[in-house]
Amino acid sequence: MGAKRTWASFRSHRSGLFGLGLLTFFILIAIFAPLLADPESIEVTKATGGVLEPPGGGYLLGTDENGRSIVALLIWGSRISLFVGMLATLIAMVIGTLVGLASGFFEGWPARLLYRLTEWFLVIPFVPLAIVLATVLGRSLINIVIVIGITGWASTAMLIRSQTLSIRERPYVERARLLGAGRWHQMTRHVLPNVMPMVFANTTLTVALAILAETTLSFLGLGDPTRISWGTMLDAAFGVGAMTTGAWWYIVPPGVCVVLVVLAFTLVGQALEEVFNPRLRER
Amino acid sequence: MAEPPFLEARDLGVEFTTRSGASARALDGVHLSVQRGEILAIVGESGSGKTTLARTLIGLQAPTSGEVLLEGAPLKYSMRGLRALRRRVQMVLQDAAGSLNPRQTVYESVAEGIRLHGLVDRSGEQRSEADLVAAALSEAGLRPPERLFLRYPHELSGGQKQRVLIAGALALRPELILADEPVSSLDASIRGEILALLLKLRQDLGMGVVVVTHDLGLAWNIADRIAVMYLGRVVECGTTEEVLSRPRHPYTKALLSVVPEIDYLEPVVLTGEIPDPSRIPDGCRFHPRCPQLANGEADAAGVADDCRTVALPVLPADGNHRVACHLDAANEPMRAQRARE
Amino acid sequence: MTETLSTSHLLDLRDVSVTYRTSEGRLPAVRGVDLTVSPGEVVGLAGESGCGKSTLVSTVLRLQPTSAEVAGEVLVLGQDVQTISWGKLRAVRWAGASIVFQGALHSLNPVQRVGKQIAEPIQVHEPNLPKDVVEKRVEELLEQVGLAPGRKRSYPHQLSGGQRQRVMIAMALACKPQLIVADEPTTALDVMVQAQILDLMKDLVRELGVGLLIISHDLSVLADICDRVAVMYAGRIVESGAADQVFSDPLHPYTKALSGAFPRIGDPAARYAPAGLKGDPPDPRHLPPGCSFAPRCPLAIDECSAAEPPLVEVAGRPVACIRAGEHG
Repeated sequence: MGAKRTWASFRSHRSGLFGLGLLTFFILIAIFAPLLADPESIEVTKATGGVLEPPGGGYLLGTDENGRSIVALLIWGSRISLFVGMLATLIAMVIGTLVGLASGFFEGWPARLLYRLTEWFLVIPFVPLAIVLATVLGRSLINIVIVIGITGWASTAMLIRSQTLSIRERPYVERARLLGAGRWHQMTRHVLPNVMPMVFANTTLTVALAILAETTLSFLGLGDPTRISWGTMLDAAFGVGAMTTGAWWYIVPPGVCVVLVVLAFTLVGQALEEVFNPRLRER
Repeated sequence: MAEPPFLEARDLGVEFTTRSGASARALDGVHLSVQRGEILAIVGESGSGKTTLARTLIGLQAPTSGEVLLEGAPLKYSMRGLRALRRRVQMVLQDAAGSLNPRQTVYESVAEGIRLHGLVDRSGEQRSEADLVAAALSEAGLRPPERLFLRYPHELSGGQKQRVLIAGALALRPELILADEPVSSLDASIRGEILALLLKLRQDLGMGVVVVTHDLGLAWNIADRIAVMYLGRVVECGTTEEVLSRPRHPYTKALLSVVPEIDYLEPVVLTGEIPDPSRIPDGCRFHPRCPQLANGEADAAGVADDCRTVALPVLPADGNHRVACHLDAANEPMRAQRARE
Repeated sequence: MTETLSTSHLLDLRDVSVTYRTSEGRLPAVRGVDLTVSPGEVVGLAGESGCGKSTLVSTVLRLQPTSAEVAGEVLVLGQDVQTISWGKLRAVRWAGASIVFQGALHSLNPVQRVGKQIAEPIQVHEPNLPKDVVEKRVEELLEQVGLAPGRKRSYPHQLSGGQRQRVMIAMALACKPQLIVADEPTTALDVMVQAQILDLMKDLVRELGVGLLIISHDLSVLADICDRVAVMYAGRIVESGAADQVFSDPLHPYTKALSGAFPRIGDPAARYAPAGLKGDPPDPRHLPPGCSFAPRCPLAIDECSAAEPPLVEVAGRPVACIRAGEHG
């Protein structure tokens, strides 16, 4: 199914379009952050506002404990949140797709071993593992990315594996065998292209989860303390007792942003899944 | 010494182990021979083993006993051996709609075989890949072929999909094509065209065809010879005229009698269905459902006990009208006598 | 408004047309069909993919999709199912008329025992019936269709294709309908199983006096079991009449092609001579001008493309062809 048809089909899903619009909005904010908010405005030393001031007087969403504009923090925070989410997803998808394809397509003990490995990683609880890894590897951006990637690939692998198992049995794969194709040809020319749509749909959903994961880790204080993300904002808010003092402008905006971005990715992912669903395609 | 048959099965057996641990014999001893340029129909119901036989002939399934021979030489199941086989023997699978990769264009589906076997360099006629694809599509009746190059399978009708599959097989210039139920999923009115195409392939290109089907009318339409299968064995074989006009096996007779277009046989509707291949009956495998055992004919001829306890030998594929039936064997002297008169 | 049962027809389709509203425009799936089924009668509807027969069947119990517009009257037991109230429709569904759907494998719930599935319509229509009475009825139905009563505890995947089809028939009989519609009941079944199912249906019609409408693309199956047969092409009936007459002496070129598609075994003329039509059944979105069969018709002349031929009586039965009965 060509790109044009995919787009035409996607367009008919209103929720997906809404999600895409929302997503585009946030991505543009992240890209154009320097233009939207002066880089100096997030430097602690150059803060101009009062401490934990509520919205008003030039600060749309008030200020944090250092006097920085919440709006500026949100804009700059989007970069880390989105970046970490996407990079971690990339790692998870690459590992997950390779393992899923291999364990689904091949027979014998290597495939079974990979399957067991996937199952094992699937049941490991995310937060404890993340804490352990973060403690061992140290608090940095790359480590967060690695942690999320390592804990996230298994669910992708499971999905890809079941999809591979189903496609492997399709008559057209057997036809390729009949025509003289070897296993590599069958896998790359027939199985993989028909699995990829699922991979794309799953990717968007995984990004959503990765962003949530980064927010969680940062909130728990495992993130990079020198960077700003929506998660670190929540951590800081919690740290200065924003909950008890009622500084809602510090807590709610980053939370809302995370929710909106996750929602956007989820809507797009769900629409894509419907678009690529083979049963819909074969009319 | 006569030329060996082009493709041959000798005492072919395929046994599966089911999930419950029982062993199911999908193929239980089959001799078959296909001559060059011959059209053979393998006829049977589901569970008869006909599809397993076809898949074993082309190497998709390895036999658990017996062997498949190509021009007298046993098949080699190595990658190279199978590739060499598939250049000369091709197959069109049963599910036409599912046999085409939905993400590949018609061109790519047909070119796949050409590319896999590197046919473009070897043809020596300066024909490009596009020429070969166009030629294959034309031969399969899709004209003008270029119009379909960029179409996707979901844009084609059932008949067109079937022709594309045939073109894909033709592109390799095989000497024999196996077709598994080539028209059963297609509309009745286009059945004739696809069958006429298969006949044309034999006529114009000298290609042999082995058709696997449950449709006796199809065999009457295009087959030279026919082999009737039941529960993993061939129970009757011979020329189409012999087997369909003068059937001798009770199963063949029953099958023919229920075909609505038949007028020279009283309908005999068998009870029950083909038993599970993991529970093949003793003696003649058809005896539990045999109308001629149930109505006493076998008793009268004295073979009823044999029917229940004595297994029949595998029918030889020698071209004669052969029947695997105790009753028929008992009546043989009478038949020979009548033939002499 | 009470509909007087002026006719004893179980099913009376009067000039029924069904048009789908799609994103690409209006799709005429059925264009002006008249059809009747009386008690104890077996009527066949022959046609291939795209001719509209499945759409027509869906209107009998108002099961057509919401994007379908139905014109004309669909009278089931004297009531127009398209316009009656929801309550009356529910009473008709299954207890007045029922459908044996195509593809029994996919029409049965794979995680429910078949006995429970057969019992379901009974429980819906008679919720106050005690459980043991329902159980007994299920067993009776299974016996009626040739299955052992113990089969009620089987799951669909434990049954063969033929057995599943019998379960579908049992389900259709559950509420003692007067009209049964069978959509391709024997397609995808083996020849012998097909013969068994056809015999079963013949017996049931005789025993229960129901009216049966059978849809099939196999004209010879219909000739075997039907009293009357109607041939559908591109949304219209092109020929109808007594089954044996239509089969042995087809007047419309399409009927001739359909009946010739499956050869008479034993006929030397059919050896190495498969008969078929060129081209494909027409796409309802792009119907040719005039007679929709003209592009594939061996007898087509210029006048055929000028106007859609009306159904006229030829040799005692309606045929929609200006060259009816002629040979090529």
